[in-house]
Amino acid sequence: MNADFTAEELAFQSEVREFLANEFPAELKNKVDNRIRLSKEEIVRWQKILHKKGWMAPNWPQEYGGTGWTPTQKYIFSTEMGLMGAPEPTPFGVTMVAPVIMAYGTEEQKQRFLPDILESNVWWCQGYSEPNAGSDLASLKTMAVRDGDHYVVNGNKTWNTYGQYADWIFCLVRTDNSVKKQEGISFLLIDMKTPGITLKPIVLLDGHAEVNEVFFDDVRVPAENLIGEENKGWTYAKVLLTHERTNIAGVPRGKRRLASLKRIAAETDDGFGGTMAENADFKAQLAEVEIELQALEYAELRTLAALSVGKAPGPESSILKIVGTELAQKMDEMTVELAGYNCLPFVPEQFEEGFEGEQMGPGSSAAAAINYFNNRKLSIFGGSNEVQRNIISKAVLGL
Amino acid sequence: MDFSYSEEQQMLQESVQKFVMQKYDFYTRDDIIKTEAGYSTENWTMFAELGWLTVPFSEEDGGFGGNAVDLMVMMEEFGKGMLVEPYLSAAVMGGTLVADLGTEEQKSALIPQIMEGGLITAVAYAEQGSRFNPLNVKTSAAAEGGDVVLNGAKVAVLGAPNAQILIVSARDSGAQTDAEGISLYLVEAAAPGVAITPFTTIDGRKSGDVTLTDVRVPASARLGAAGGAAEALSAVIDRATLAAAAEAVGAMDSLLAKTVEYSKTRKQFGTAIGTFQALQHRMADMFIQCQLARSIVVRAAMILDGDDDAATKAKAVSSAKSRVGKSIRLVGQEAVQIHGGIGVTDELDVGHLFKRVTALDLMFGNAEYHLQRFASL
Repeated sequence: MNADFTAEELAFQSEVREFLANEFPAELKNKVDNRIRLSKEEIVRWQKILHKKGWMAPNWPQEYGGTGWTPTQKYIFSTEMGLMGAPEPTPFGVTMVAPVIMAYGTEEQKQRFLPDILESNVWWCQGYSEPNAGSDLASLKTMAVRDGDHYVVNGNKTWNTYGQYADWIFCLVRTDNSVKKQEGISFLLIDMKTPGITLKPIVLLDGHAEVNEVFFDDVRVPAENLIGEENKGWTYAKVLLTHERTNIAGVPRGKRRLASLKRIAAETDDGFGGTMAENADFKAQLAEVEIELQALEYAELRTLAALSVGKAPGPESSILKIVGTELAQKMDEMTVELAGYNCLPFVPEQFEEGFEGEQMGPGSSAAAAINYFNNRKLSIFGGSNEVQRNIISKAVLGL
Repeated sequence: MDFSYSEEQQMLQESVQKFVMQKYDFYTRDDIIKTEAGYSTENWTMFAELGWLTVPFSEEDGGFGGNAVDLMVMMEEFGKGMLVEPYLSAAVMGGTLVADLGTEEQKSALIPQIMEGGLITAVAYAEQGSRFNPLNVKTSAAAEGGDVVLNGAKVAVLGAPNAQILIVSARDSGAQTDAEGISLYLVEAAAPGVAITPFTTIDGRKSGDVTLTDVRVPASARLGAAGGAAEALSAVIDRATLAAAAEAVGAMDSLLAKTVEYSKTRKQFGTAIGTFQALQHRMADMFIQCQLARSIVVRAAMILDGDDDAATKAKAVSSAKSRVGKSIRLVGQEAVQIHGGIGVTDELDVGHLFKRVTALDLMFGNAEYHLQRFASL
């Protein structure tokens, strides 16, 4: 039993570090460090750098332009990315729709869609949730009715992340109302420029509209955009949802945040002549978070080790999602605690592209509260933490 | 990176599993606790025959050369059976101190006996005012001619009523909490001036408070250099801390398994209570706590077996013990809660597992103590 990397793995780790040190643009790193949102152009620019290196799609098979990495290499890569603060590619194209196209799409669909995803020429978004289909996703109502060579789509999707940037959307739509709800769903790709699609931004608690409602009003979609068989979409989507996602626990990001919390604590007055780094309660909180990160890291490594010997990713990964998100939220809470009065000013525009004024509040305090509010989403999206507990109780405990 | 057990570790695990399954059911254990000795000498002989008592000793000392991962593997299984035999106190703690600090003469006199099961030791280090700090030592050691005279009182000496030899920490010099000046002495339990007040612990083990009144031992009864035992004592307690954490991981696995099983059979409102989401989520949380506890214990065991310095190792142990302590409370309390009334009775093993993990949380420092120690290291 050992947690050491092999010589080859260590060499790979050095290569990743060197690449990130040289190629992750300094102005992007500066923004990430100050928790300022990256623009679409900046994200695409970074993804194209990754692509140039051949590292855009660690989860893809090599034949489609993936890296051919072992699970440990993927882990090393995402760990180094997280420690550097370099964002992982937006998941909707490369991580979410692409594996479904690879598994169930036609040869023509693969050639049409996959290269543009790999090269970040096309931005994808997700059309899953609906106002009345959240955790109970299978009860979705957006209809697609076959009309000659087309499907006519009507309905609305919600919690659509960055639809305002997107060129294409992958949707779960209902194609049969007469069967069990899971059995009448199809997987459809839709060009966002198609007439009849409108977006309505949803402003979140941080003052930013990172999600939208998407309305479909008699949208005519070529039937060739259907993936796989009609009414099999739920099966495909489930594969997508359980598709291996590296770094779900967010340990490297957590380590960066812990280091920053320690730094901020040492710079923050406790009001009684000392600093928050000397505050007994805050010190205990920092220690608890550090220990939790260690436990989480080894829980993830144990899962990874099982993957490396060919075991399928089990429902155990639900643990990583629950613990990882709750820990991230705990650190958001501690950032707010440190900021004190300084997190009260609500000036969302200062985090928007093109803001040129002076940032309110010292250090990171201006972003503290809005990140705390925004990151409540972590335990809600990607299968809420309650849904994850359902998965554990059914799939692991057999309840 | 490899998280699988070696062939030897798998064999060790299987042999303990087999023993617990065949020889250590809940009622047999209860009978053992009620005996005067409070442990089974027959089992102890079997431990010797199976080679378990050699695990803590190096191959040079004639042992199995077990590392921290080996110890973890065994302790987990012991935890499932809620073993009451003094394995941790006698073989791991006493044995390791003799091996680490003893002269060739002391080692050859004691280690073979320990491995053969003929000698049981107990380590007397905690005192009424020391709480979880093993370096807080008031018991005094005064040189008199070629002898040393010990005076003081020790508390919660695990395995003391079963021990023939006590390994007693005493202060040769220095202030009460100085690391310097602490020595360890081999003291016959039957020696004049040694008084042991035995008790059975909340989790069924034998323990005792020990007073030392003008106990005279020869200077040759000292383990290691005069006043220089702090480092070895701390290291042994760290190892025992990891062992206790691993034992708790095993016991928590049992608590979870028994709770899930019970919830599938116990019916209320016309259905198994395990179908209620309010309970399902709590059991899911128990599972998460079990997995995090296991993960951090594996981490600490690997670090103990690695090349890091003593401070890093101590920190890894405190991290594990603190995290496990947190898991213990949730898993233990929820197991009892989900069992309902039967969970608080003496007749069901679940309550006893709860008592065992609660004692394990306390042993060698509870979650709060180790959190503070982690933060200070």
